[in-house]
Amino acid sequence: MFRYYLRLGLLSIRANPALSALMVAAIAIGIGACMTIVTIHYIMSGNPIPEKSDQLFHVRVDSWDPNEAYDEPNEPPEQLTYLDATALYAAGRAARQVISFLSSRVIEPEDEGAKPFQRETRATTHEFFTMFNVPFKYGAPWDRTADETLERVVVINDKLNQTLFGGADSSGRMLMLTGEPYRIVGVLDEWSPVPLFYDLNNGEYGDPAPVFLPFSVAVAGEHGRWGNTNCWKPIGDGGMPAFLASECVWIQMWAELHSDAERQSYLQFLDAYVSEQKTLGRFPRAMNNRLDDVQAWLTYNEVVDDDVGVLLGLALLFLVVCLLNTIGLLLAKVMRRAKDISLRRALGASKATLFGQYIVEAGMIGLAGGLLGILMTWLGLRGIENLFSAYDFVAKLVRMDWVMVLTAVLLAILSALAAALYPTWRASNVTPATQLRIQ
Amino acid sequence: MELGPIWRAILRNKGSYLLIALQIAVTMAIMVNAIAIMQERTTKMARPSGTDEDNIITLSSIPFAPDVDVRSMIDEDLAMLRSMAGVRDAFASNSFPLRGGGWSMGLATEPGAGHDGIGTAIYFSDEHAIETFGTSLIDGRNFAHDEISWNDEAVNKWPATGIITSALARELFPDEQGTVVGKTVFINENDPVKIVGILDRLQAPWDGWDHIENAMLVPQRLDNEYMRYLIRTEPGARDALIPLIEEALAKNKDRIIEDVRTMNEVRERSYTGDAAMIKMLSFIVILLTAITGLGIVGLASFSVSRRTRQIGVRRALGATRPAILRYFMIENFIVSSVGILAGGIFAVALNIFMVQAFSLTPLAWYVVPIAMIILWLVGQVAVAGPARRASAISPAIATRSI
Repeated sequence: MFRYYLRLGLLSIRANPALSALMVAAIAIGIGACMTIVTIHYIMSGNPIPEKSDQLFHVRVDSWDPNEAYDEPNEPPEQLTYLDATALYAAGRAARQVISFLSSRVIEPEDEGAKPFQRETRATTHEFFTMFNVPFKYGAPWDRTADETLERVVVINDKLNQTLFGGADSSGRMLMLTGEPYRIVGVLDEWSPVPLFYDLNNGEYGDPAPVFLPFSVAVAGEHGRWGNTNCWKPIGDGGMPAFLASECVWIQMWAELHSDAERQSYLQFLDAYVSEQKTLGRFPRAMNNRLDDVQAWLTYNEVVDDDVGVLLGLALLFLVVCLLNTIGLLLAKVMRRAKDISLRRALGASKATLFGQYIVEAGMIGLAGGLLGILMTWLGLRGIENLFSAYDFVAKLVRMDWVMVLTAVLLAILSALAAALYPTWRASNVTPATQLRIQ
Repeated sequence: MELGPIWRAILRNKGSYLLIALQIAVTMAIMVNAIAIMQERTTKMARPSGTDEDNIITLSSIPFAPDVDVRSMIDEDLAMLRSMAGVRDAFASNSFPLRGGGWSMGLATEPGAGHDGIGTAIYFSDEHAIETFGTSLIDGRNFAHDEISWNDEAVNKWPATGIITSALARELFPDEQGTVVGKTVFINENDPVKIVGILDRLQAPWDGWDHIENAMLVPQRLDNEYMRYLIRTEPGARDALIPLIEEALAKNKDRIIEDVRTMNEVRERSYTGDAAMIKMLSFIVILLTAITGLGIVGLASFSVSRRTRQIGVRRALGATRPAILRYFMIENFIVSSVGILAGGIFAVALNIFMVQAFSLTPLAWYVVPIAMIILWLVGQVAVAGPARRASAISPAIATRSI
């Protein structure tokens, strides 16, 4: 029976090729537009480190201006001063803790002919890699001793290793960074969390810096700050030492805490630290310290662009228009065949039989539209990639994974059913008597 | 007019007409809001940066050799650039309009902590800055050569003079009728800065900043790793000069040159998101109008073929061809109008929601009637084909039994 309905459906679709094409196209375009934006939204709001996002906490303490909150309503600054970052780090009260900032160095390749080039560097502490589950291809992170003795060591990423050493195991080799030799201790494997949660100051969807080096080395070498530096109090005279002693915030800190109890006790530790600092005349504001886990931190920073929200809303409405269009056309088509339907009803076909027949026909249109819709989504994502071709990060936001393909198929089937239901119901409810009269 | 019969005929077949009216209503809501956003972005992108954008080249110069004398390197570079044929002027700064990164400070009209400063971008400059940017001084004077100093890392003190934009001057001294030149403002709480000149216009480096028109030139030069060179060329000379400049600067191996961009490219990069938004929304609006239009064609065709016999009968009873044509056109007009009116309400509601949720600019009133007229026209054009076919139906059809 099903195959018979399929054949009837095909015949009916072929009888009106232009209109059938219009219906399929409308569903396909609606799904394409919708899924393009849904995919981008899905990637933007993804969890960059699902295995431990509830154990990693961004640390904030309110060292800001007594007259004015850093951000309304009463939010502490997003970064820490050098004084606080190094003191909290040295206390070592969390299972792991990491402080870092973004900088840059000029890399001088060994090859005499090759031109030097500038790359971003992340100045951080040795636990960065274990804390954020960063995969290594060769070698290993530097250790605590390297941080403490200001040893010039670096970890570079796979791509830079390709450029400089053709992908060979370069651990143990030397690398010239802005006129100073560093020993390579490790090479990372492919790693690019989206969003780049551990530092949202320099583009939420950028790539991690290709070079990692000890925080202590970068501070001692006065490496420039590429992120935001915010100050509420003038810096004293005296160059770098004065800056390091200032109330300027420029360092990000994360703590790894494994249970709610650990979190509570870390907050108590922060409060105790701030109380102690208050006796020294710092921290003029009321006690206001925060620990946000990864997802909470991403939400606080509103990493999903407003424009994506606007487009998502409009794309959903667009799908509604496409569905209304298809419902209208299917209904008109069914009503035109009211006479056929009446005849079949009079000859003994049940309502259920007719419902089955027309839902099969509508289902075929929906399925064709859905499949074509996946293709449209792919095209839509390529289009967006093209619009943002000046920015590398976009490539990461326009990837379709199997979750999105399945969502697209599901959305297509749901849309097709939604579009088919009302016309089919109307069709199976045609009253034979009124239609079979000669008009 | 046959409005009454047409209206009653529509009511007899509510389902189909309701669907098309609903489709038009949602189309209208999307169209109005999309146009409103496109308008907002177009206005944003049209703001002038205050620079001679077509003739400016920007680049970063990053010293990396261990003992390089950055100050004399910058001096030699600038002297060489200024002497090149086709170069109008050049200077080194920390940033420039539309770059997306830079330095901001607060300026207050009184000294001391606790005064809400007015945010402004800071451009470290010399006496060549105004000529190189291509902006103009509308009051006061330019920096004198001996007023320019190098920054001293060890002393955190700001220069004693500054040139500000007219927008910043108005924000600092809203009640001042006369000149602002000669007045003193305070930076970094207690450092006095005497305003010596007013610029017509010069944007801050961040295109999304609330205070984008606020900028201050300070007579100080930086010798750190954030130096950017700006080079203004004679009209038409820019593209030929880029490779020459790169080649000339490459001779010094103590530093690298990166991010060589024309100011036009800088603008394009800065507004990529807004330009993409405009393109995506126009694409959505065009597709939407096409789908709704084709939907109307399809429905009208069905309606005509279903009523073939009735039309034949009307023709046989004396209805003229224009009368049949008019019937379908009016029918569409009525259905469209219901959809458009509902759509108008829906559009405004959606806009109110989006303004609150995404802090957009509320839509301008005239966008609604414009969208109404577009959709009415689309409906009439779409129905014209099927209606013409209906009017061509021969009266003889009426005599056939099916």
